[in-house]
Amino acid sequence: MQFDQLLQYTLSGLSTGAIYALIGIGFSIIYNATGIINFAQGEFVMLGGMLTLFFLETLKLPLWAAIPCAVAASTAAGMLFERLAIRPLRRPTPINLVIITIGGSILIRGLAMLLWGKDTHSIPSFSGDDPIAVGGATILPQHLWIMGITLLIVAANKFYFYHTISGKAMRACSYNRRAAGLVGIDVRRMVLFSFIISSAMGSVAGIIVAPLTMTAYDVGVMLGLKGFCAAIIGGMSSGGATVVGGLLLGVLESLGAGLISSGYKDAIAFIVLLLILFVRPQGLFGKAQSERV
Amino acid sequence: MLEVSGITQIFGGVTALEDVSFSIRKGDITGVIGPNGAGKTTLFNIITGIYTQTAGRVVLNDTDVSGLPPEKLVRLGLVRTFQNIELFGGMSVLENVMVGLHTRSSSGLLACSLRMPWSRREEVRIRSGALKWLEFTGIADLAGVTAANLPFGKGRMLEIARALAAEPVIILMDEPAAGLNSQETLGLAQLIRRIRDLGITVVLVEHDMELVMDICDRIVVLNLGRKLTEGIPCEIQENHEVIAAYLGDDD
Repeated sequence: MQFDQLLQYTLSGLSTGAIYALIGIGFSIIYNATGIINFAQGEFVMLGGMLTLFFLETLKLPLWAAIPCAVAASTAAGMLFERLAIRPLRRPTPINLVIITIGGSILIRGLAMLLWGKDTHSIPSFSGDDPIAVGGATILPQHLWIMGITLLIVAANKFYFYHTISGKAMRACSYNRRAAGLVGIDVRRMVLFSFIISSAMGSVAGIIVAPLTMTAYDVGVMLGLKGFCAAIIGGMSSGGATVVGGLLLGVLESLGAGLISSGYKDAIAFIVLLLILFVRPQGLFGKAQSERV
Repeated sequence: MLEVSGITQIFGGVTALEDVSFSIRKGDITGVIGPNGAGKTTLFNIITGIYTQTAGRVVLNDTDVSGLPPEKLVRLGLVRTFQNIELFGGMSVLENVMVGLHTRSSSGLLACSLRMPWSRREEVRIRSGALKWLEFTGIADLAGVTAANLPFGKGRMLEIARALAAEPVIILMDEPAAGLNSQETLGLAQLIRRIRDLGITVVLVEHDMELVMDICDRIVVLNLGRKLTEGIPCEIQENHEVIAAYLGDDD
């Protein structure tokens, strides 16, 4: 086993992990604001990639314009999903909501298939494909984009939740929804915000990863589950713990695929998920009910 | 200022409140008392929009507010505190109150997120406003403490500070003295008077008779879901029906 090879696996694992982290944070934000595990989260990741493609190829927009359009359209889809599928429920129980999000995810995936077909597509890299040497390993410029954008989003998130009144209000909802209503916070609006933020983050994740892994109508299933896994490792926190969870998962997957067999790549994520749920359901760093949102 | 008329609440087959009416005058401290199960907390939950009554109306300053959700009532100036204090456990004491000022915040989500100059001014204003209320309730020195770690009495002060931060015209307190020691109860009595002196109308449900008789201008007595009587404290103390309701009737 060579050091260079290990480095290579770790580096590419970190960038995949960053994607999982972004998706996982999307899960956590909605979970903390509403108590819902939004199993449609992966579909917004798919929408990000597929809509970028749509704006690029069908509407012939340049990449720099197609990306914000795709984020905006996916966010609108997330908003619509909350308004049409989540809000109308009068007395939702967790099981109703879980089934509705699964139903929603099947619907979105089906629509995407009808609209864009079953083919796998690729999106051009943001800034070329010339490999960059790091030690004995190489990475692509796209890897740097992924790391950078993830870092930026995580920082923006932290800022929003801890330093703005709106973010504090959302945290308040997660700690005590009844009291939040009683200090004048419109809890339903906060739920809508949580869907907006999550779908925007999910779509960004889908866009930045698409040049590396290609995109298709059904990429949301696996990416969504991996993101969920990252959120579980992170104990459903929307901060650092889920980021570490995502990175850890990405690196484990990459090392597993490289050192054992690439056939086990996806299995590793689910083994980790099950282990965490059996052994530490509060998350790897959980002080049981710790930092939420 | 607050008028409750013909409130009836039926849970399944149980009538929790039956045709309860009274009105609360601006600037008064009004006590709502009654034996356990009299329907005091149910009444509070109806007034503050947590339950929707089976029948009857709640009118605040000539506006019918029956059935409005709590967050709308807060905007109209009606706030409450709970018997079992309800705080945002993982947030600091200061943040808890800042969130209470949320309703008075004018800049939108986007401006907040982008940290526009006006939203920064807003944040500074909100922070100093929150500190002012912590000073008012005497817990400014605990501003940085995580709310979940507060002792119970301080938690109650925080809940009151947070409610006041929404700049209410009327505040409803559900058993504010419950769980407080005698020292803290004395402080609470003074605090309630100071709240009234700000021009805020106070309504409290309370079991501590000494406190009620000491600070209330008027008292409404409930028993078994009906209004038994209302009046000034010395009338209530001498009312035979009230004494019978509390101590049982020999007849």
